[in-house]
Amino acid sequence: MISLTIDGKAVQVQEGSTLLQAAGLLDIRIPTLCYHPLIKPFAACRLCLVAVKTRWGEELVPSCHVPCHQGMQVRTDSEHVLEARRFVLELMLARWPNVPVLRTLAEELGLRQPRFTSVVRDEREDACVLCGLCVRACDEVVGASAISFAERGIQRRVATPFDLESEACIGCGVCALVCPTSHIKFEVEEYKGKPPEFLLGPNTAVYIPTLQAVPRVPVIDAEACIHFKTGGCQKCIEVCEPLAVNHDMLDQEIEVEVGQVLVTTGFDTFDPGPMARYGYGRFDNVYTGLDMERMLNATGPTGGKVVLKNGQPPRAVGIVHCVGSRDENYHRYCSRLCCMYALKFGHLLKERTSSEVYNFYIDIRAGGKGYEEFYSRVLHEGVNVIRGRVAEVVEAGWSKKDEGTLLIRCEDTLIGRFREIPVDMVVLCTALEPRHDAEQLARLFGLSRSPDGFFLERHPKLEPVATTTGGVYVAGCAQGPKDIPDTVAQAGAAAAQALALIDKGYVEIEPVTAFIGEEICSGCQICVGMCPYTAIHFDSEKSVAALNEALCKGCGTCVAACPSGAAQQNLFLDEQLFAEVQGVLV
Amino acid sequence: MSEAFNPRIVGFFCNWCTYLAADLAGTSRMKYAPNVRVVRTMCSGRVDPQLVVWAFRNGADGVLIGGCHPGDCHYQEGNYKTLRRMGLLRTMLAQLGIQPERLRLEWISASEGERLRDVMNEFSAQIRQLGPLETKSSVISSQSSVAQAAP
Repeated sequence: MISLTIDGKAVQVQEGSTLLQAAGLLDIRIPTLCYHPLIKPFAACRLCLVAVKTRWGEELVPSCHVPCHQGMQVRTDSEHVLEARRFVLELMLARWPNVPVLRTLAEELGLRQPRFTSVVRDEREDACVLCGLCVRACDEVVGASAISFAERGIQRRVATPFDLESEACIGCGVCALVCPTSHIKFEVEEYKGKPPEFLLGPNTAVYIPTLQAVPRVPVIDAEACIHFKTGGCQKCIEVCEPLAVNHDMLDQEIEVEVGQVLVTTGFDTFDPGPMARYGYGRFDNVYTGLDMERMLNATGPTGGKVVLKNGQPPRAVGIVHCVGSRDENYHRYCSRLCCMYALKFGHLLKERTSSEVYNFYIDIRAGGKGYEEFYSRVLHEGVNVIRGRVAEVVEAGWSKKDEGTLLIRCEDTLIGRFREIPVDMVVLCTALEPRHDAEQLARLFGLSRSPDGFFLERHPKLEPVATTTGGVYVAGCAQGPKDIPDTVAQAGAAAAQALALIDKGYVEIEPVTAFIGEEICSGCQICVGMCPYTAIHFDSEKSVAALNEALCKGCGTCVAACPSGAAQQNLFLDEQLFAEVQGVLV
Repeated sequence: MSEAFNPRIVGFFCNWCTYLAADLAGTSRMKYAPNVRVVRTMCSGRVDPQLVVWAFRNGADGVLIGGCHPGDCHYQEGNYKTLRRMGLLRTMLAQLGIQPERLRLEWISASEGERLRDVMNEFSAQIRQLGPLETKSSVISSQSSVAQAAP
């Protein structure tokens, strides 16, 4: 540790610290322009000048660049220092009179008008002040070195090689990020580092997926991270005090041995894009229920405010029920939860905006504890409900004033009239679908699926969470569309069933295993090749087939193949089946 | 004759697929031809070709075997074995003087109650059209080696 005094105050710093950092510890503010804590100091702007006491008097040094020494005596606020800074700034202002950062600094230092005029005067507000942050960031942080200083003296400027579009540029935007005057601008077309959810807001390469994420730690998007493009940067490691950042982590496959499996893989939502008549993806301000949910979220991209793309609150919102569900062309089933969340949207929209809300429904399915009461409450709050499937959503656009307004066309089946309702925003309550990989999962676990594609329970009433495969249970929307209370109840039941088996400590298997009559078996070994579980092996000593009952699952394929009738299946003996056939034919 | 003829069909249904489909058809109150009498087996792979011949010998006019869709077998591959066995059996049936159409193999999953109903209706109509099984072959109608194999 090194001790020194700054403005008469003693401070101790780590070896290698600069005067600027030492001043920071004492909360002494020193103006800077070309300094950035994550980039090596450059001492280009000379605004951070401080006076260091020497044997001869005082020496002015740039504090961002000069390391601390034992016993140093530093002044940051003497008239001598301020005068020097003012002079530096005066020269800069003469050249770039309108740059906001310089103007603010000038105000702080009490500088009005520069006494000089510059031959290379640049009056733009976003003029380049040659701080070199962009050049150093591109080289040091990104490692791309796509830009650098060109020419000398008053002609000095930041440029790409030969002023051509640089192939070295990876488009990371760091140069624009560090630029103090916004001289470099980064125009985003489609930002890659967006969170996987609904693309409603921009994000960075390091982000916490959602504020409620579990575990609540940031992730690094390898597609957007500069380190994975150039091998450089890793600034996040430098700033992370607990040293938690690790760029070398790879996707891992972890094998866990388990005795039972709960399949709770949830659902996908129906993509309303192909239903062109509803305009999703074509018109601004047409959202799905999940998009809307995100917008209403207090931690969402708008902070929970309901706004249109142009930033205005909507005057009227249309909520379209049954998009993709209860529809012969898409899904015949009812998605069950849309009615209630659509009503909730109505309630929240009434609470947060002064807009008119229209619900377009086929039937309101408010079957559940307290649901009907909520429905009538929402009606009393002034949410309009119109019975009728929406035919289409079109742009109104009669005049400039109505630009962006949408028109919902539908038949109101209660009054028997065709209606057109102008709205600013449309919310589509999209259907719940089986997960896209449900088929693979069904194969993996030997599950059945109902015609709608969701996993089939063993029995709709008596075994609502078991599946046809022992030890595999299903719960939640993987089994069929259901709301949160139902999902929680079903998941609890599935977990309890699994626990019951663990508590019992042993598994009862069906008593349908096969057995081999040794005295009849001729040792032909046909059955050995039949068994998919390798439960049968050939006992070469006795020259007969032998069956391991623990491995046998009781399919009976070996029995059907046995030419001598030596292989038999408990409860499905040849004798029994032949008699049964005879019996059914009487 | 054909008006009065009510075919007798034996169905061998896999416990995990077609039998559940029949259950579903039942709980869904579907109506289907009552001609199929169902024998449950754990897997369609348990259906011994002898059972089929035995059924014909005992007066069945048709045999319907229901198993899981290929790849979905509860026992991994029992249905593939059935597929091969029944292919072979069909050629044998022809030799025995039984129209091979009287034996039908269908893949019906647990969720396909409607399909089961359709298959049942269709198959009984088909058998009705074929008429009662007249076993010309002495091999099957009298004391035959095949029949003797059964107890």
